[in-house]
Amino acid sequence: MNAFLTSIGYMRWILPVLLALPLLGATAIWILSATHDDADGSAAGDEVVSGRAATPRMVALLTFALEFVLSLGLWFAFDPAFHGWQATFDRAWMPVWGIRFTLGLDGIAMMMVLLTTFIMLLSAASSWTSIRTKASSYYALLLVLTTGMLGVFMSLDLFVFYTFWEVMLVPMYFIIGIWGGERRIYASLKFFIYTMIGSLLMLAGIVWLGIAARSAVTGVPNFSYDAIMGSVQLTPHASLWLFGAFFLAFAVKVPMFPFHTWLPDAHVEAPTAGSVVLASIMLKLGTFGFIRLAVPLFPTAAMNPTVRGIILGLAVIGIVYGALVSLVQPDFKKLVAYSSVSHLGFVMLGIFAMTVQSVQGALMVMINHGISTGALFLLIGMIYERRHTRLIEAYGGLARVMPLFAVMLTLTAFSSIGVPGTNGFIGEFLVLIGSFRTYPVLALIATTSVIIAAAYLLWAVQRIIFNPLDKAENEHVPDLNRRELLILAPLMACIIWLGVYPAPVLRRMQVSAEQFVELVQARSATNVMVVPHKGAR
Amino acid sequence: MLAESLFFSAVLFCIGVVGVLTRRNAIILFMCVELMLNAVNLTFVAFAQVYGVAGQVFVFFVMTVAAAEAAVGLAIIIALFRHRQTVNLQNINLLKG
Amino acid sequence: MLLQHAAAAGTHPLSGTIAEWVWLLPLLPLLGFVINGLASLLSASHLGPDDPSLAHGPHGADGHAPHDGADAHGAHGDDHHPVVRHRYATLASIVGPAVLALSFALALAIFLAMRGAGEMASPFVQTYFSWMPVGDLQVDAAFQLDQLSMVMVLIITGVGTLIHIFSVGYMQDDPGYPRYFAYLNLFVFFMLLLVLGANYPLLFIGWEGVGLCSYLLIGFWFSEKANADAGKKAFIVNRIGDFGFLIAMFLLFANLGTLSFTGVQAGAASLGFGGVLVTTICLFLFLGCTGKSAQIPLYVWLPDAMAGPTPVSALIHAATMVTAGVYLIARSNFLFSLAPVASLVVVLIGALTALFAASIGLKQWDIKKVLAYSTVSQLGYMFVGVGSGAYVAGIFHLMTHAFFKALLFLGSGSVIFAMHRAYHHTHNHDDAQDMRNMGGLARYMKVTWVLMWIATLAISGVPFFSGFFSKDEILGGVFLRARESTLAEAHLFGIPGSYILYLCYVIGLAAAFMTAVYMTRMMIYTFHGPNRTGDREREHLAEAPWVMTGPLVVLGILSAVGGWFNLPKLIPFGPLGGLEHWLEPVVGESTLRVTNGVLPEASHGLELALVVAAVAIGLLGIFYAYSQLKPDRLVPKREAPGEEGFARVLNNKWYVDEAYDKAIVQPVVSTSRGLLWRGVDTGLIDGVMVTGSQKLAQVVGWAGSQLQSGQVGTYAWVLVIGVLAVIGAFTLR
Repeated sequence: MNAFLTSIGYMRWILPVLLALPLLGATAIWILSATHDDADGSAAGDEVVSGRAATPRMVALLTFALEFVLSLGLWFAFDPAFHGWQATFDRAWMPVWGIRFTLGLDGIAMMMVLLTTFIMLLSAASSWTSIRTKASSYYALLLVLTTGMLGVFMSLDLFVFYTFWEVMLVPMYFIIGIWGGERRIYASLKFFIYTMIGSLLMLAGIVWLGIAARSAVTGVPNFSYDAIMGSVQLTPHASLWLFGAFFLAFAVKVPMFPFHTWLPDAHVEAPTAGSVVLASIMLKLGTFGFIRLAVPLFPTAAMNPTVRGIILGLAVIGIVYGALVSLVQPDFKKLVAYSSVSHLGFVMLGIFAMTVQSVQGALMVMINHGISTGALFLLIGMIYERRHTRLIEAYGGLARVMPLFAVMLTLTAFSSIGVPGTNGFIGEFLVLIGSFRTYPVLALIATTSVIIAAAYLLWAVQRIIFNPLDKAENEHVPDLNRRELLILAPLMACIIWLGVYPAPVLRRMQVSAEQFVELVQARSATNVMVVPHKGAR
Repeated sequence: MLAESLFFSAVLFCIGVVGVLTRRNAIILFMCVELMLNAVNLTFVAFAQVYGVAGQVFVFFVMTVAAAEAAVGLAIIIALFRHRQTVNLQNINLLKG
Repeated sequence: MLLQHAAAAGTHPLSGTIAEWVWLLPLLPLLGFVINGLASLLSASHLGPDDPSLAHGPHGADGHAPHDGADAHGAHGDDHHPVVRHRYATLASIVGPAVLALSFALALAIFLAMRGAGEMASPFVQTYFSWMPVGDLQVDAAFQLDQLSMVMVLIITGVGTLIHIFSVGYMQDDPGYPRYFAYLNLFVFFMLLLVLGANYPLLFIGWEGVGLCSYLLIGFWFSEKANADAGKKAFIVNRIGDFGFLIAMFLLFANLGTLSFTGVQAGAASLGFGGVLVTTICLFLFLGCTGKSAQIPLYVWLPDAMAGPTPVSALIHAATMVTAGVYLIARSNFLFSLAPVASLVVVLIGALTALFAASIGLKQWDIKKVLAYSTVSQLGYMFVGVGSGAYVAGIFHLMTHAFFKALLFLGSGSVIFAMHRAYHHTHNHDDAQDMRNMGGLARYMKVTWVLMWIATLAISGVPFFSGFFSKDEILGGVFLRARESTLAEAHLFGIPGSYILYLCYVIGLAAAFMTAVYMTRMMIYTFHGPNRTGDREREHLAEAPWVMTGPLVVLGILSAVGGWFNLPKLIPFGPLGGLEHWLEPVVGESTLRVTNGVLPEASHGLELALVVAAVAIGLLGIFYAYSQLKPDRLVPKREAPGEEGFARVLNNKWYVDEAYDKAIVQPVVSTSRGLLWRGVDTGLIDGVMVTGSQKLAQVVGWAGSQLQSGQVGTYAWVLVIGVLAVIGAFTLR
């Protein structure tokens, strides 16, 4: 496999291709839809699917499938032992401003890229029948969104990073605002404004850094990640302010308590695929931002005892608070949304506890949350499509009419609870065991959420699939069909696989996680810039 | 000569300003604005005597802009009149917040 | 599967023997789970239409009727209305018990190999792959075979096989037949993982996995809300215990840097004897045990767990899973023997639980509830044993209890089975588990009656039945350790340990008395006196088929002679202390550490006195119950009056469930809803901060807009004034 990939120069072209392919797909969809009749009329209703909507969804699905297959090569071609960026790609973009189109991967970004292409394929497939209006625009936006998210994970130039960061905001805004539920306008605006406010400060910070890293000879700014890491000398004061700017952008995205209230609204109102993408990938961009930018760039600020204490405190509050609020949600999607607040709290705890175990655990939680919560949203979407309600009390006894659905939901719920043997356990366990070394009390408080998590999810699961089948509407709900099974099966396989044998994933992220911890600890301790030992390959 | 010209244009300008400030009729207001423009033109011409021809060139620019402005402005006023049957500006407060 | 042997394993006496196949032990039940699970899903599933949203609506169910299948997946999921036999019933009946039987055979072979290998000082560890390799945390997927896990494996697979066979008869008409065996097989898989795991996290997989299966099996007939509730309650209460287990693991890793049993054992001494740290670790571990093994304060789930099928209660909630806590403490003997205070807590909680649960058992009418509280009480005894450092006694009682309690549960299952059939024939909807509806069943089911009496005598501690030996060893052990041990020298809340141990001994005797009373009560009400089932139903009462009575007979023999496995010195024949010698390499050192290096020796007279006391109190209980209870006066459930006075408190289980609900569950839920969700989330953050900033922007905008009069004249004035001000500012400067 590896020899084959090397022979086709895989690592040289893969990243730009992964970025360009969805855009090509989106263009193809737009061209195809333009050659057809006018915009899809919603009045036509069910007939729409047969004709005009069929082409875009097929094009989108094929694009996503190709994207996923192409990205799979990264799993094999990636060298877990190599200290540095892999699959790099570097071209001048705006030379006058010192902006270069630099892409590259470390182990963390590689896993995130794989997660993205994987989840996007499934979410496109999940929209097969549920998106009936303006299908071509929908799939095109989904594709553009993919480019945006992948770009964030890949970019090694801060300006490029910011560009992609904003690129992914717009499609999501439209996906929620057009194909969402009843309060979609409110939700999409809230989502947009929340994230926009956060990211604008980050832009200011990036510009500041770029200018600070400018060439002494020509005065041209430099936005390259490696250059900024290597050359920018920051006073503790400046470091604190810049960290604050980045923190806000990422904390909103994560979302950390108390910046989380956009999330339940956005999740509830978004269409299924929107919720999946939001939960599985977009939230991870926030934590990824912390790992890639906010913490390594400003270690003195991030590791400042006060700052660190506040962030860890907010993370633990988020863990317990999200779980407790989940307990009382009448709407299943909202319940899962709040549970995301809790899970992402674990990620933040892991990152800022700053031990190898906790950081690796945080990375695992990022992946696992993407899989489990993605699966939960897909499952909710499937029963929503049948019954058009997300209220838990509208269901009951579904296991009798939908046994396959019941099996999937139970397994996913147990994964989300973190039962050992499923993926959920690995992440939470590593985060907690790692953070217990540095912050035992916080870890202890965070551990209580294992109890509450079981309570809210099992209670919800019971009210949906168990209990008497006492509502007439539920008696003839059809079980999952082949397409839905095909969507869920890989997720279920991942739940078991990552729970039983997570070592291959852990190994691929090991070097990056260790480097992260060492770098931050060294730099925050000495307060002196250390030349990054990440070279390009 | 320069002083007189400048004084004259200042008087003209002030008349324009006072007109703009005190009158309510859109047409008269418009004419007062023209008056102010021409006062400025006069200043340009006066200074051109001392500092060279550039001021006179500028006057042509101003006149062109004034002509364009008149065309657009009058068109707006006519449209306004058709809509409201009046050109009294006290009755027109579309921009009120 | 790659076998990467630990360095030492190459020279281990067991390497190269059949013990190399230890990985197959849990894998066989897993295979059974896969087969039965597929059979269950295949028969239950009807794939939906390609476009699910189109199918919705009044005509949506065309060609799709969920009730037409062979398995409506628990559609009529209760014993009252068995439907037609499942289409994969034969497959499940063969695969389900067969994988267990194979496992048991393999376990026996390994056991013989271990005996043949002679002295085995270190455990046989087999490493398969690296599970969680992160930095200095190295958790392997590895199995550890030693004398303790061997005993547990034999109990699990042996009793498990019998219960699987029994289930073939008991569940024969259930619509979810293969699903049942799938869960049961999965349970055994996790249970074997629990006892074979070579490190705490792997044990924890099994620990939670059995909880998961317990959840699924308690809620097996999930269409009844009460059953689903019970399953959920069991899982959540267990999670509270798991919280403790997790914290204990974190503490171990933070201080020792390893989580494998061999590693922790090697490093345990560095924690210091009686230190705060080791005490804390042990207490958190014990919190885990209180959840899984249903001790105060987390015992509340076990009685509710009786909602599951009766063989499940026998396997999971009596013989195996609930004893996992006892196993954990025995496994962690190297930690507990270092922490006398924590051990005292274990003993005290165990004794209190034994007494408390026994008192509730006195007034229960549901035959399974009696047994459930009896189980809680007996588990208390086991904790008294392992807590006081008498690890062998605890494990010994675990073993005998597995025999006689499995027998009691299966026997009650046989009774319930008969009652169901009788009620089913006449379409009666009375409670088939209430003893007030039974009575005089001895006439109709002789085999069950005899065997149940054997188990009752065993649990009551009547001499020469298995329970006599194990219970006597525990009580004797506590008494001797109260005189001389590290526990006796320690203080708990300022009270000397020896006082506590003496107190626990007395409590143990009292609980033994109650045990004899409630068990005799159960037997009298069920099998003796007049029959209260109903005149029409009576003629349908009959003994269960051989597939059910067969396992009962085997368990009956084991209950009767189980004491043979570890005979005390008082008995002048047979193999003395078999289990004690067997477990010596695992717990011997810790046992000695607790007893200050000398084996507690009682004078012949004292030992005899202890035995006589224990026997006397058991017999007293039986005779007390026999003389006081009047089965003739009992009326069937629907005519029975409510309980009065103290009996009512006992009947309502001391109102503990209600207290927990009022004190914990409701406050948490209402705080979450009222304060956190409505208050903080929608009120403070969304209402004040988010909407507040929106309102602020609106107000500022509104104020600004008020400056806009729309009057061109006003604007002109402002402009002129502004120009004048600027000019003035420049001129006057």
